[in-house]
Formats: sequence, structure tokens, C-alpha cells
Amino acid sequence: MNRKNDQVNDVILQTAAVIIFFIIIVFSINLFFAGHYSPGGGFIGGLMTAAALVLLLLAFDSKTLAAVLPFDYRKMTALGLVIAMLTSLHSIFWGRPFLTHAYDKFDLPLLGEQTLHTAIAFDLGVYLVVIGVTMTIIQTIGESE
Amino acid sequence: MSVLHLAILLPLLAAPFIPFLFRALKRIHTGWFVLIVPVVLFVYFFRFIGITSAGDVVTETVEWMPSLGINFTAYVDGLGLLFALLITGIGALVVLYSIYYLNKDKESLGHFYVYLLLFMGAMLGVVLSDNMVVMYMFWELTSISSFLLIGYWYEKERSRYGARKSMLITVFGGLSMLGGIVILESIVGSFSIRDMVANQALIADSPFFIAAMILILLGAFTKSAQFPFHIWLPDAMEAPTPVSAYLHSATMVKAGLYLVARMSPVFQESSLWLWIIASVGTFTLFWGSFNAVKQTDLKGILAFSTVSQLGLIMSLLGLGAAALHYDGMDDNIYMVATIAAIFHLINHATFKGSLFMMVGIVDHETGTRDIRKLGGLMTVMPITFTIAVIGSLSMAGLPPFNGFLSKEMFLKATTKVFSMDFFALDTIGILIPVVAFIASVFTFIYSLIIFMRTFMGKAQFDQLPKQPHEAPIGMLIPPAILAILVVVLGFVPNVLSNSLIKPAVESIYPTLVASGQDVKVDIYFWHGLTPELYMTIGVILLGTLMFFTINKWMGIYNHIPHRLTLNGMYDGTLVWSNKAAYRFKDNYMTGFIRSYLVYIFLFLSGMILFSMYRFDLFDFSFGEMEAVAPYEYVLGAVIILASLAILFMRSRLPSIILLGVVGYSVALFFVFFNAPDLALTQLVIETVSVALFLLVFYHMPEISKKEVRVKFKVENAIVSIFVGVTVMLLSFMALSNRSLSSISEYYKENVYDLAAGKNMVNVVLVDFRGFDTLFEIVVLAIAAIGIYTMIKFRTTERTKGAREHEPKK
Repeated sequence: MNRKNDQVNDVILQTAAVIIFFIIIVFSINLFFAGHYSPGGGFIGGLMTAAALVLLLLAFDSKTLAAVLPFDYRKMTALGLVIAMLTSLHSIFWGRPFLTHAYDKFDLPLLGEQTLHTAIAFDLGVYLVVIGVTMTIIQTIGESE
Repeated sequence: MSVLHLAILLPLLAAPFIPFLFRALKRIHTGWFVLIVPVVLFVYFFRFIGITSAGDVVTETVEWMPSLGINFTAYVDGLGLLFALLITGIGALVVLYSIYYLNKDKESLGHFYVYLLLFMGAMLGVVLSDNMVVMYMFWELTSISSFLLIGYWYEKERSRYGARKSMLITVFGGLSMLGGIVILESIVGSFSIRDMVANQALIADSPFFIAAMILILLGAFTKSAQFPFHIWLPDAMEAPTPVSAYLHSATMVKAGLYLVARMSPVFQESSLWLWIIASVGTFTLFWGSFNAVKQTDLKGILAFSTVSQLGLIMSLLGLGAAALHYDGMDDNIYMVATIAAIFHLINHATFKGSLFMMVGIVDHETGTRDIRKLGGLMTVMPITFTIAVIGSLSMAGLPPFNGFLSKEMFLKATTKVFSMDFFALDTIGILIPVVAFIASVFTFIYSLIIFMRTFMGKAQFDQLPKQPHEAPIGMLIPPAILAILVVVLGFVPNVLSNSLIKPAVESIYPTLVASGQDVKVDIYFWHGLTPELYMTIGVILLGTLMFFTINKWMGIYNHIPHRLTLNGMYDGTLVWSNKAAYRFKDNYMTGFIRSYLVYIFLFLSGMILFSMYRFDLFDFSFGEMEAVAPYEYVLGAVIILASLAILFMRSRLPSIILLGVVGYSVALFFVFFNAPDLALTQLVIETVSVALFLLVFYHMPEISKKEVRVKFKVENAIVSIFVGVTVMLLSFMALSNRSLSSISEYYKENVYDLAAGKNMVNVVLVDFRGFDTLFEIVVLAIAAIGIYTMIKFRTTERTKGAREHEPKK
């Protein structure tokens, strides 16, 4: 991680940001996965992840962020839309109406018996779109002169 | 599709080939190919005379829109056939004439003949359609093709003006007629004219009878140039002369007469019908003849003369309705009016057609139509002169020409008005023969002017643009044929009586024919010393006297100011309505968004309050209200104070912060009201949007960062309070009128069983109502892409673009 900054010495901010970044990310992933049972979900999870990225953006600069996390957020938006659309579409191949979700219990390694739900895939689409949109907006405005 | 349908559509089918012929065969005048169409059609329709004179009709139907009751039903009876023969016969002569009149190298003949054929087909469709919607379609096609023909020399300002004027007026009438047709259909349940005639009693009893009649008559009056809609006809004289001869004397202007005659069986039982048509027709007769005298352009004279003669026929059609009120009489004298109408219709087509062609010849060979420049052409153009004399004298109503016969019959019909003892015709009705007499005098005068000023008098050839000489023979044939017809019909009028006139009159009086009355058409040359003969002698004496003293009384025309004339009113209306529309538009389209917001808010609140008042919904009940907790008071107070404070902030920065206060307070409300998902989202979104506001503030130009308080405007305050109160009342109303239980019970019960989730909000978002979410994320994506494009693809001409979008004031 490139920590040089000519004018200001942001060492406390930068150190804190690196630590807090992971806490926020974990929190956002938790929000995302918990969505079906407790408050949270793709939208707020996505916003939280974006907030973590913004924190990095504040502590460092956009070039650093792009070097560390080389995502194209516009493509991420598109990917999210595609995932949400495919999740919605898959049901019609089983003869069900559009956007019919399916779920079942599975015995997973490590996690034990868990319910898997196609709604989580839909939420993943939402999650990606929200990150993509927020980051696109903030990056675009931030980089404009 | 029968042969009859093909015949009606033949001109329309032939029209697309004309431009190819015009391009491919430059050496032959395109008119020769076109000529085949009306000649073939004339011969074809001629064969129907045997059928209709035997009292039979021919009906052929092609289904077009059967589910709507709109089928192309061709219906040939006496009236339709008479018109079809006029259209094709005079059409053939006009095409022949135009071959010599229009130069094949200088004019775009491809256009001309396409328009002319369109018109011919449309006109045949009008007179031979039984279905009124199909008739209306052809009717408008005549308006459109007439518009194209008047504007044929489109580089001339006057042509465009005349074309637009005729279009506006005739389409106004056509649309009115469509309204009448729809009303009639709603009464009868069919678009067929025959069904309407059969259900005439039903129509007469309907409360919409008068509305339907007036709307239909508006169509007829505008098309047939009746007062006050006649003003388009003189301006239509900018068309090439063959067009004037064909459309504006013989055929199109008679479409209104056709409509009146055709609809007579439906309406003529009503006294209003007789009165409206007879009075409008008689006044048009007078007004047209009165105005014709002052014209200096030959075509202008003929235009007003056409108006006047159309008025004559119209008034005869109206008077003919009286025949129905005397049924059972052995010799129904009122039927003479309708017979005269039909007879004069034929006569007018012959002599007016020949006169127009004569004027065209004079124009063509001398270069002017101005009677002040013309004179003494008799020796140079003897044949044209002969045609002019025959046409004018027939128009003036002199023996031995056919105009004399129909004029006598007209006067006879008007003098019979006295003996009608109903509709107050025995008192006010006296005006009709008086006006008719005066009009006949003026008719006599302008008929004399036409040939006296053109062909007699002093020759002044040096003032003419061209050296006059007799026209080529091809140009003289069509008017000569018409002139011969004028004479022949004058001497042996009864050739037509049983073949054409009788079947046509029978179509106008279906009820009389059904009751066994015989329509007797017998036109005498000499009918004894009757009042109408004395009237004719009076017309000749007075007319001659006035003609020779014309310079003494021409001054009366100068006393009518232009602004009060109908043309002045028409022009004024156009200018005024344009100005008024602009002024109206400029008044409310201010270009300021705040004005539009005021309209929107006022309209919204007004509509809501009005509907609440209208349905009496001010009855609020607060029984189901929950008790208000103390912290809700506190939070409410914070929000209210913050919102009010925004209004009084001097600077924008505190406003943004206060807005954030409101947003976080709302998030707190969500917490208190048990909406954790909303609270989370609201907190994050509020943060983001406040950050964006700050960003915008940071980038604002220095000048607008000045600390100025929002100016207080009373009207804005009133509007905003009004809107606020309205929305408040609306919410109270909605709360106290909740009549159905919420759908959320279903979600509560099934959230785990059906969707395997416990967070109901999230399950609704992704599962029960996932469709909404799907498109909300699309909205987000669009917003992101929008911001990206706006910022990344700013053009360098940003300032220029911004200036263009600035409001004008």
C-alpha cells in the first residue's frame, strides 16, 4: 500500500482506515447474509461496502484505491443487473412464473445443515449494483475538475 | 369487387401511372392518356340510364370494415347517376381543354393530372356511395385534391392564400358533417343513407334532430359556397382555368347541393329545413349576383356568379320540401321547385363550364382577364364570342336558351311561396320572390358585362400583353360542345326529363313515389302569360336600364369598408386568432420553472379539495389513532423547527445541515416505528446525500454563495400553505376512511412458510415483490450512468448550450 502524501501527514487516519475497512466489510457482509432473517440485505449491505471503500478513498486517493482494488464499477453494476435478471429468469425454465424463488435445505461442509435460497443470488445482484452505482457516482464526481 | 367499384376507383387507380407516362413519353401531351379515363367512365355510366329511368337502382357492396358497419356500398340511383354523368362528361371536356390550355413543356403536367384524377375519383365516390363514412372519406379527398389544384402554381402568393382559405373553410364544413354523420348513426344504428331514409321518423323524433341537420348543412353550405362561407370560391380562381371550370363551377361546388338533395328525404319533413335552405340559398343568390357586378376580373365575375347560381339551386331544393306537405294533390305544384333545381343544376354545369373555358381562351390569347383592358374582341375571336353570348344569355335567363327555362321555373316556384299556408311563408315568405327578382336583375347585368365589356366596345389591342387571335380548334371544341348543349337543351328540354331529371327527382321524394304519386316532368317553352313571364320581362327592362347607367350607381360598392366585409372578417379572424393564441401562450408559458410549479401545485390542491368537497369527505374520525408517545413529540418538534429554520437561513450551508437534521430525525422515527431496515438505509442515504449537497455547494460559483435570505413572496407563501393544508386534509381523510384490512396479514403469516425468511421487509423486497426491486436497481444503474455521462462527456460548448436554454424574458 502506497502511503506517501506530500502535503499532509495522515498516518493516524490511514492506519485506522486500514483496520476499520475490514471491520466495515465484515459488518456489511454480515448485513448482506443476514438479510433474510434479520434487518439488512443487499441494499444496506452494498451501501456499507461502498462506505468502506469511500473510507479508503478518503484516507488515500483514488489512484491508490484503483491500484489496490482494480474494479470497474460500471461493469460491476452491469454484472449485478445480469445476476438479478438471471435469478429472476431461471424459474421460467422450470415452468414457473418469472421471479419465482426456490429454496431447500442442504448439508454443507463446515456449516452443517443450512437453507439455501435463490433469493440470496437476487440479493447479490442488488448488492453489486448498489456498490457499483455508489462508487461510480462518487468516483466520477471526485475525479471531475 | 364489382365492375361498378372498379369504375368509381378507376381514376384513383390510374393516377399513380400518370407521372411515369409524363416522364417517359415527353412528346405526347399527358392529357391524352388521361382523357381515356373520363370518356370510358362516361360511356360506362351512360348505360345506367336505362336502369334508373325504369325506376331501378344498382347496389354493389364490398366489405371494408364490416365490424364497424363501414362498407363500400356503391349505390346508383337517379340522383347519383346524374352527378356521375356530369362529373365524367364535363371531366372529359375539361381534360380535352386542358391539353390545349397547359403547355406540356412548361407545366408539371404529372402533378396536374394526378390531382385532377384524384379529384375525379373522389367526386364519383361522393355521389355513388351509400355509406356515409365512405362518402365522408371521398368528400375530404375532394377538399384535399381541390386544395392541391388551387395551389397548383404554388410559387404564387395568391394561389397559396386561396388554397389555404378553401382548405380551412371546406374542411371546417367537412368535419361538421362528420359530426352530423356520427349523430345520425347513433340514432339509426347504421351508416347507410338508405337505412337513414327508411328510419326517417326515428330521426325526426330524436332530440338531436336539429343538431344533426345543422351539422350536415354546414358541410353542404361550406362546400357549395353558400353565404357566409362563399368567400373561398372567388379566391379559388387562382387555380388554372380548367380547374375552375371543372371544380369550381360544375362539380365540386355541387357536392353540397348533392348532399342536400341526398339528405332531403331524411330531413325535409321539418319546417326548419325548408326555411334554412330556402333563406340561405336566396340570400346567397342575391349576394353573389350583387357582388359579381363590381368585379373587374372575368373569373371573379364568374366566381360570384357561381355562388349566386348555387344559391338559386339551393333555395329551390329547400322550397321543394314543401311538396311533402301537400301530398295527395293531383298536380303537386311544389314539386316544380325540385325539378327546377335538378334542371338548373344541369344547365348551370353546361353554361358555366363553357363560360369558364371561354374566359380561359380570352386569358390565353390576350394575356389578361381584366375587363377594363379588354374590349372589341368580337371580330378577332368570333367563335369565342359566340360561345360567350350563348353562355351569358343562358345565364341571364333569356330565351331561347336553357337558362331561360330553369329561371322561369325558379320564378314560378318562388311565386308559389305565397300560396303556402304554413311556416309563416305566406307573410315573411314574400321576401323570397322579391329577393329573387332583384338577384335576377343583377344576374342580367353581370351577364351583359361579361360579353359586352370583353367583346364589344372599343378595341385597345395595344394595351394587351399579347396580340389577340382566335384560339386553336382543340381549345374551342369543349366549350363549343357545352354551348351546343345549352342551345339543344333550350329547344328540346324534354330529352332529359324522363331519362335524367325524373329519376333524380324521384330519389329526392321517395315517400311520394312510394305513395303512388307520379313525378311529372314536363318542361314547356311557352307556358302562357304567367306572373313569371312578366317578372322576366321586368328583369330584362330594369337590367338593361341599369346596365347602361352603371357608372351612376357603381359608387354604392365603395361604401362598404373592407373591415366589415366577409373577407376582411376572415383575414381578421386568422390574424386575431393567431395573435390571441400567441398572447395566451406567452401569458402562461413564462419560461420560469417556478411559474409552472405554481400551476401544478394549485391544480393538484384544487382538484383534491374539489373532489373531497364533491364527495363530502371532510368527515374525519380519529378513533383508530394510537396514543402519541412523549419522544415522538420531541422528535416532531425537532423536525418542525428544523424545517422552518431552513426557510429563514441566510446562507446555504446551514440549510444543508438542517436538511440533514431532518433526515436523521426521520431515521429516528423509523427506529421508533419499528422499521430497522428503513432506519439503516435512511441513515446511510442521508449521509450520502448531505455529502453530495456539500459537494455541490463547494463547487458553486462565488457569486451565488452570497448570503442572501430567501425573498418573501406572499403568493408563494399562500400556495405552499394551501398545498400543505390540502395534503394534510387528504391524509386525515385517507386515515379515517380506511375500509379494507391490510394485505400485510398475508405476508406475516406466510413469510416463513412460503419464502423461508424471517425479515419480512427483505422477503417482500426480493421475493413477494421482487419485480419492483428488479427495476429499482435498474433505476439506480441508469442514474449512475447518467451522472457518469453528464460529467465525462461535457462538451466544450457548454456555455453556448446553457444560453440557448435560458428563458427568453
